[in-house]
Amino acid sequence: MRIFTSFMAVGLICMIASLIYDTTKFTPGHITSLFVVIGGLLGIFGFYDVLMDKFGYGLGLPITSFGNSLVKSAYEGFQECGFFGLFRGMYVSTSAGISGAIILSFITALIAKPKD
Amino acid sequence: MDKKEYNDLVTSKSKNPNILEDAFISFLAGGVLGAFYEILTCWYIEMFNLTDQIALGWSCLTFIAIAVILTGFAVFDDIVAKFKFGVIIPITGFAHSVASALIDYRRDGFITGLGANMFKLAGSVILFGSVSAFLFAIVKVIIYG
Repeated sequence: MRIFTSFMAVGLICMIASLIYDTTKFTPGHITSLFVVIGGLLGIFGFYDVLMDKFGYGLGLPITSFGNSLVKSAYEGFQECGFFGLFRGMYVSTSAGISGAIILSFITALIAKPKD
Repeated sequence: MDKKEYNDLVTSKSKNPNILEDAFISFLAGGVLGAFYEILTCWYIEMFNLTDQIALGWSCLTFIAIAVILTGFAVFDDIVAKFKFGVIIPITGFAHSVASALIDYRRDGFITGLGANMFKLAGSVILFGSVSAFLFAIVKVIIYG
């Protein structure tokens, strides 16, 4: 059941992105940035986590969850060590994704041949 | 041809008119990836006895690794052309943008090529994600204390 709800939820998010792209002048870069901000907005009141509880882990996949994690970790950082924690904690839960993308991409770039 | 005609022509040529078809393909592709993500995360949790946060991190890394490897084999560009936002909005799009920037700028050398251009495309996501997250976290702190 949660597989189906994950399917619907992530599918809907991607569909909205596609509709925005086709009906406005936004580039994919605009839209991904927009979705990160929307994810962060939903993270303020913990709404994104509620959605994730309801619809399944699939919602961790779209870029919206990146924004949500940033806000959540920054807030957890604040609880841990005050104002400084906002800076210290922001990337705690997303750092695996960022460093993973950087390191794996670097290794790939060393091996792969660039297109001509 | 005056300016208005020209603009009309440009918009008619530059955007794909099949809005519904695009939306449906994105829906299907994104949905399938989301379903796989759910399955993979549940499998990680059961198989390795992980908490859901750690399992989500592993699933995220797995999808990133797949996207980066497919980009390395120059397959992912075709996938993006076919499934559009179904693969751009998921974390695979982020990984693809980093990997393709690194591969494309490799010829410019390690520092001025790789280092300087790594976040050429993904940078906006990190920049606006961070700035907005900082503001939103402050709002959250003001509300919840």
